[in-house]
Amino acid sequence: MRKYIVKRLIISLIILFFVAFIIYVLMRSLPTSYIENVARQKSMQPNSKSFEEWMEQLSATYGMNQGLFLGFINWLGRFFTGQFGDSWYYTVPVIDKFNDTVWLSFVMGLIAFTLELLIAIPLGIIAATKQYSKTDYTISVLALAGISLPTFFFASLLKLVFSVHLGWFDLFGLVGRSYELLSPMGKFLDKAHHLVLPIVTLVVISVGSLMRYTRTNMLEVLNADYIRTARAKGLSEKKVIYHHAFRNTLIPLVTMIGGSLPGLFSGALITETLYMIPGIGYTSYNAMVNGDIPFSMFYLVFMAILTLLGNLISDILYAVVDPRVRIA
Amino acid sequence: MSEELKNNTPDNPEEPQYSLNDDRRVKVLSPGALVAKRFFRNRMAVVGLITLIAMFIFSFVGGMISPYTQDQLFYRTDLQNKEFAAIKVNDEYRYATAPNQEFSSVVQAQAFLAMQKGNSEFEYRGTNYTLKKEGENFYSVQLDGTTIGIAFMDIVSGADGEIKVDFDEHFAILKAYTNQEKKFEFNGSNYEIDAEGAIKKDGKEYALVGRYVINTILSDVKLTNAFREKLIEAIDTNKSEFDYSDENGDFTYTLKYDAANKMYSILQKKETKVFDTYAAPSKEHWLGTDRNGMDMLTRLMYGGRVSLMIGFIVEAIATVLGVIFGGLAGYFGKWVDMLIMRIVDVFYCIPSMPIIIIIGAAMDAMRVNPQVRMIYLMLILGFLGWPGVARMVRGQILSLREQEYMTAAEATGLKVSRRIFKHLVPNVIPQLIVSVTMGLGGTIITEATLSFLGLGVRFPFASWGNIINDVNDTYVLTNYWFIWIPAGICLLVTVLAFNLVGDGLRDAFDPRMKR
Repeated sequence: MRKYIVKRLIISLIILFFVAFIIYVLMRSLPTSYIENVARQKSMQPNSKSFEEWMEQLSATYGMNQGLFLGFINWLGRFFTGQFGDSWYYTVPVIDKFNDTVWLSFVMGLIAFTLELLIAIPLGIIAATKQYSKTDYTISVLALAGISLPTFFFASLLKLVFSVHLGWFDLFGLVGRSYELLSPMGKFLDKAHHLVLPIVTLVVISVGSLMRYTRTNMLEVLNADYIRTARAKGLSEKKVIYHHAFRNTLIPLVTMIGGSLPGLFSGALITETLYMIPGIGYTSYNAMVNGDIPFSMFYLVFMAILTLLGNLISDILYAVVDPRVRIA
Repeated sequence: MSEELKNNTPDNPEEPQYSLNDDRRVKVLSPGALVAKRFFRNRMAVVGLITLIAMFIFSFVGGMISPYTQDQLFYRTDLQNKEFAAIKVNDEYRYATAPNQEFSSVVQAQAFLAMQKGNSEFEYRGTNYTLKKEGENFYSVQLDGTTIGIAFMDIVSGADGEIKVDFDEHFAILKAYTNQEKKFEFNGSNYEIDAEGAIKKDGKEYALVGRYVINTILSDVKLTNAFREKLIEAIDTNKSEFDYSDENGDFTYTLKYDAANKMYSILQKKETKVFDTYAAPSKEHWLGTDRNGMDMLTRLMYGGRVSLMIGFIVEAIATVLGVIFGGLAGYFGKWVDMLIMRIVDVFYCIPSMPIIIIIGAAMDAMRVNPQVRMIYLMLILGFLGWPGVARMVRGQILSLREQEYMTAAEATGLKVSRRIFKHLVPNVIPQLIVSVTMGLGGTIITEATLSFLGLGVRFPFASWGNIINDVNDTYVLTNYWFIWIPAGICLLVTVLAFNLVGDGLRDAFDPRMKR
């Protein structure tokens, strides 16, 4: 087992190396005039460093004055020793901005993910047990509709109904106008109130695929021989489904859930941007749109690490949870 | 199957009757026909297919039928209040110097002081001046009996705003006006002054006198006496609106008083040609018009064209790349497989959305032409999409190449490329079609999201995403549902239809899967 994990880790690191290389090449191939333009604009802002300082910092951090490969090694070395440079757009060290924003995204993602699981798994199981019934069709079509719904359109609809017409929520932002005047508890509730619509959006958009996943896996299990045996033994349908079938459905589910956990840190780029929730997604969106190269680079590599970590966890969990899987 | 039974019932007289063990009794369906049959039995898939066909007709044929083009601008005439003139009540003394006399500004100031004090004489630099009150707020300044200048508050201006009165005439008019004389004679002419201050010289409209200073905004506009009379009347009676018609037409004027600089501004309500923006749905524009005054329905059709086309091209690029790389990896195995699959792993880890956003922002800053931009967008999306296809194709081929027919193909000495692309890949096509159909929905959403963020398809091209982009303006979100809801519904319906058809195809191709 340990050997397997080590092997997977090494492979992941190699992949990460190449991903980082591609990301670095991308940054290097951005037109220089664009980078210089952005740097010049930044230096025009009040209380900002001078243009030369920005460019100097950039070429120092990214080894711009060196060759492609040497510069890459240079940058990678700095990256893994935690020198990410200063964000151009936020004018603070990248890591500070990251620390400020990532936890909000994580909390939001965690709540949304928990809700998704609570909705998707029971519905997926019901749909599978009643295959080809009206319930099954309804659930399947709703799941597909959720998958097909563009985030921005759904968010706009929610805003129109709940913010504009009903006036229950604010259109944008994490805190209300009188946030500073509130008690600590009030502040917490205010934030929670502002997170309702984003979380609803996230849940509705992503619950569909989870539901389909559960349903497919449950169907597969229900067609297995041991279920037929269980039924033949004369067990009640309830016992067959919840004891025999569901436990086996958990195997792919657990692996999938484990693999999704790192992704909770990546933030919801689109949803956060739509609601202007200052999580990591919205923060990096602003950074990317405004040509903040240090922050964007950091975010890209961070995302790649999360994806790799997710794959790694799900592979390992698959081996741990399912005793049938033998690891060579 | 019931349909087959029906076909063979004797009540169909044209069908020849076969004996029970005749092979011809058994209707043979080709694999394709079987798939089609299974597909059409799935009601949801059929609904999806019909929707898709409708969407294609809407987008590709609709654009041709529509009487408008996608960037045709519409105008409407609108009543707009435009600044026309400004009028001010004069409460300062103005001065005029008699011909060939000197009446310097210092002397004017001294005269003013004397007026305030009520003195009839003042001295400046050893010279004694006499101040004579000629009427209300009207004084003349004399030096040794000759008038050198006058100070007055009422302004005399020509009837058409042009003519200048000379000093003596000016003096006479002011004298008469400030003493409320209705008639006077000067230089052999008869003058009449009415209550509004209009002066008639020998029965002809001549000039105007009053406390008001009127300036027109446009220098070439001449104000007539009649207009002034109307205007002053409106101010005196505290009306905020009045109508006046002249050879240019009938206009309504609105008066606005600005307390800060004691000025009235006169707004002329005039019909102006403006872009017909955000017009509500009507007979001419079934879904209204957008921010630029373009027909919404037409843009929706062209938008659909762009969205669908981008979807297809992106999927085509991804599929071609995916099939080539997946096929090579699956067929050759060993180090080729290892290499290609690691490349796929690397591509899988690249966060595509952020990368497209960064490239989009860079293209924004470089002001890339919208058309070129659209091509870049397709290339990038296609290039980032191939690893998924490659992985699927490889998996399929890995199992297919172990089958006997491949051994047979090898035994007949077929070329490798022929074996891969003629014998293996066609067997992957069912899965490929399913994945492409499902992928199309995803690509359309991605493109729409990017266009919504303003980083994908740009104006003047329409795409469903950038039509909804207007929602970023909260006012549009709140007030103009017809701008963004139809586009959103089009998107939702199209993507849903692609997914339904994809689902249906998967079931039809592989009946064991049972979804």
